[in-house]
Amino acid sequence: MSVGGSDQFRASFFEECEELLEAMHDGFGLMIDGNDDDETIHVVFRAVHSIKGGAGAFGLDGLVAFAHHFETALDQVRAGKISTSDDVLSLFQHCGDHLSDLVVSARDDKDADPAQTKALGAQLDDVIGTPTEAESALSDAAVSFEPLALDFMDLAPAEMVPDTVAKKSGFLLDFTAEPELFTCGNEPALLFKALDRFGQGRISVNVDEVPGLARLDPMMSYLQWSIDLETDVSEDIIRDVFDFVSDCAIITISTRDASGLSPIGEDGPTVENPAPVEASAVLPPLENEPTDVAPEVLPEPAEATPEEKTTAKPATAPVSKAAPPPQTIRVDFERVDKLINLVGELVIKEAMLSQAVSKHDLTSGDEVLQEIEGLKQLAGEIQEGVMAIRAQPVKPLFQRMARTIRDASATTGKRVRLIMKGEAAEVDKTVLERLVDPLNHMVRNAVDHGLESKEDRLAAGKPAEGTVTLSAAHRSGRVVIEISDDGGGINREKVREIGEERGLVTPGAALTASEIDALLFMPGFSMKDEVSELSGRGVGLDVVRSEISALGGRMSISSEMGKGTVFSISLPLTLAVLEGMVVDVAGQTMVIPITAIQETLQPSSAQIHTIGSGSRVLSVRDSLVPVADLGAIFGFRDTPDDLDDHTLLVIETETERRCALIVDSLQDQRQVVIKSLETNYNRVDGIAAATILGDGRIALIVDPEGIAGGIAPPQSSLMTPPRLDALEGASNVAK
Amino acid sequence: MSQSETGFQPEQKEVVAFRVAGQDFCFDIMSVREIRGWTETTTLPHAQSYVKGVINLRGSVVPVVDLSDRLGLGVTEACERHVIIITVVDGQTIGLLADVVSDILAVTEDAMHAVPDMVSDQVKAFISGVVLFEGKMIRRLDLTSVVPSKGLEAA
Repeated sequence: MSVGGSDQFRASFFEECEELLEAMHDGFGLMIDGNDDDETIHVVFRAVHSIKGGAGAFGLDGLVAFAHHFETALDQVRAGKISTSDDVLSLFQHCGDHLSDLVVSARDDKDADPAQTKALGAQLDDVIGTPTEAESALSDAAVSFEPLALDFMDLAPAEMVPDTVAKKSGFLLDFTAEPELFTCGNEPALLFKALDRFGQGRISVNVDEVPGLARLDPMMSYLQWSIDLETDVSEDIIRDVFDFVSDCAIITISTRDASGLSPIGEDGPTVENPAPVEASAVLPPLENEPTDVAPEVLPEPAEATPEEKTTAKPATAPVSKAAPPPQTIRVDFERVDKLINLVGELVIKEAMLSQAVSKHDLTSGDEVLQEIEGLKQLAGEIQEGVMAIRAQPVKPLFQRMARTIRDASATTGKRVRLIMKGEAAEVDKTVLERLVDPLNHMVRNAVDHGLESKEDRLAAGKPAEGTVTLSAAHRSGRVVIEISDDGGGINREKVREIGEERGLVTPGAALTASEIDALLFMPGFSMKDEVSELSGRGVGLDVVRSEISALGGRMSISSEMGKGTVFSISLPLTLAVLEGMVVDVAGQTMVIPITAIQETLQPSSAQIHTIGSGSRVLSVRDSLVPVADLGAIFGFRDTPDDLDDHTLLVIETETERRCALIVDSLQDQRQVVIKSLETNYNRVDGIAAATILGDGRIALIVDPEGIAGGIAPPQSSLMTPPRLDALEGASNVAK
Repeated sequence: MSQSETGFQPEQKEVVAFRVAGQDFCFDIMSVREIRGWTETTTLPHAQSYVKGVINLRGSVVPVVDLSDRLGLGVTEACERHVIIITVVDGQTIGLLADVVSDILAVTEDAMHAVPDMVSDQVKAFISGVVLFEGKMIRRLDLTSVVPSKGLEAA
């Protein structure tokens, strides 16, 4: 088997790798939390093993060599020869990261960092102890490595087999190859050869099924093999030989001991669950040795007697900390996108229908109205269901952050522990993808700026190891992601000092704690005097904030001196729909995002003051808010003199600018499907996007940030005028 | 290919002919996605005067350009008799407002003439040639020049 597998197989291998790597990191996570039971290690081992196997099939020698090395160390852990100390686990995590790198560079046909491979390899050797001859030969001569399914057996020296295995016993194997076995490039003879190393074996082949030459289909497989193997290795090792063919062959293994034959079970699950990922979950746990094992070490007492194992095994096999992955299908993103668009259309059509019907003066109990109500519900449910297709758990995102933290921890020399919470919370895939950069920046910040040095921590009576917590939770239709650290908190004195130095704050101005914290989001603000390796690359929290705000999210900080800092990001679950207030402005229907609206007022009851020539401000509860007419801003009309027939909407933006917008009237509040204006036209100042109303016409969605950015100064008004330009620049970045 | 000797028809192109402010125009039929009746547009703030607004084309937001205004022939007071020709130019879907679509013609390259010199520069910028057809002169519209350019006009 060499290079040259078709692109499609290659692509699906790399997709599979992602899942396997995720499973591996999950496993490490569990192990760090102290759950280093056999099953967890087994899952990790299998993930690495499967990556190696697949990589071998595509001739990715570098990847195979490293995975092999890594696997050897994991196998030692599995065999109980190495204990999973913190150091070992940390090394494993780094190896896992490197394995991810190798996978990515293999995918992109790039060269990975050989120095890293070598360094980690050496560390692995230290952990493993002196490598056996076979192992060192393999790691040195990676290129000549023969990527066959049975290579793992080279490294399964007999002494790693537990002593509990009965001597002089063996197995009876029935092996029926399905045609796929051969199309995948496997060769039964090699498998049998691998078995031969474990002991004396007799192989017989059943040719009864082979038809006459005239009817022989060369693409079919007609042979059945029976192997009588006398060996003292465990069943798991035998099973490993067939690991890569388990989905394209029927294999039954039964024990053969002195007292006769006692079957230990059909190998049903491997056939029923052909996907290699799942195979890792359904394979029997290590304890299933064909011996009398004490009942208490088994997951279920039912497995205690060999007779019961026959029936119990398929049911109990998927026992593991992580539930078996749900059945999934891979779908082209474009197809889902199209579906989402169509459903958006459906919802709009439904609204149009309702509107059309409402013109006909039907009585409230009318059949048509009832049916339309039913249609409405159905359309709503379909919309929800389709949106859910794109929803993905934040877990992979968090795992990427785990890696960032490990890297940051290595660079800064601070020991960091990452805690993840609520990683099952789901967010739209597009949101997730766009969160990678901002989150990376923030967790790096948390390690670099947030956590104190080890000495400072110890002096403050804290554990030397810092903790960074990533959490996700759903709150009223939005997802809230928090990045918190248990560091020293924000040094507000210093922040203020820097703010004054850079002309962001008037010296001596009275600032509240949150106003000072808000300075961190100002463009050009940097806490570090020197540019460190991690931060100071010209990307500040201001950029992070505009990225979040471009996603329709808000950011906030809370910090307590000596206890740590929490950054909260609140995001919409999807970028495709938005909760909006539908308003009339100069005969135009427009939509204002509900998240921005603080309150609505009738001008008659509101305090409006005029300043200068026509500039108006509204006083709401002791604060003055500039008033702006949407109609005038968009050039639809001149600002009306008399506001009595109008409504005021007080909005607040992500950058805490407030202003009151004059609109003619409010229509209603509803979910609208967001349509891009830029696809076929241009960006329009003050407009975020467009949507389609019930009557099929287009309404424009107002961009509160753009509107307020043009008229309202930041709320705290601490900024000196020159900085305002910079702020506008920043808010433009967000678009 | 040499046409006359081998007896082949000269290479023909089909164009859609339409009328804007009393003048005949045409462009390659391959650029036409569909032709629709006039629908009310949603006004875009701060847009060029020739951008009538946007319409909903089966879920897409499509801007409509008033060709008459764009060509300097006066603003169209659009009504139900007008048509919107939907075209795709450089990946952008754009609607062009015209009085009426008159014909679909097969035009040979031979029939295509350069724009006469006396035409004003403004018109020249939008026209890439003229076709003489049954005694009429049809102006070939340069689509890329009439659509609102992306990015530039945002400021």
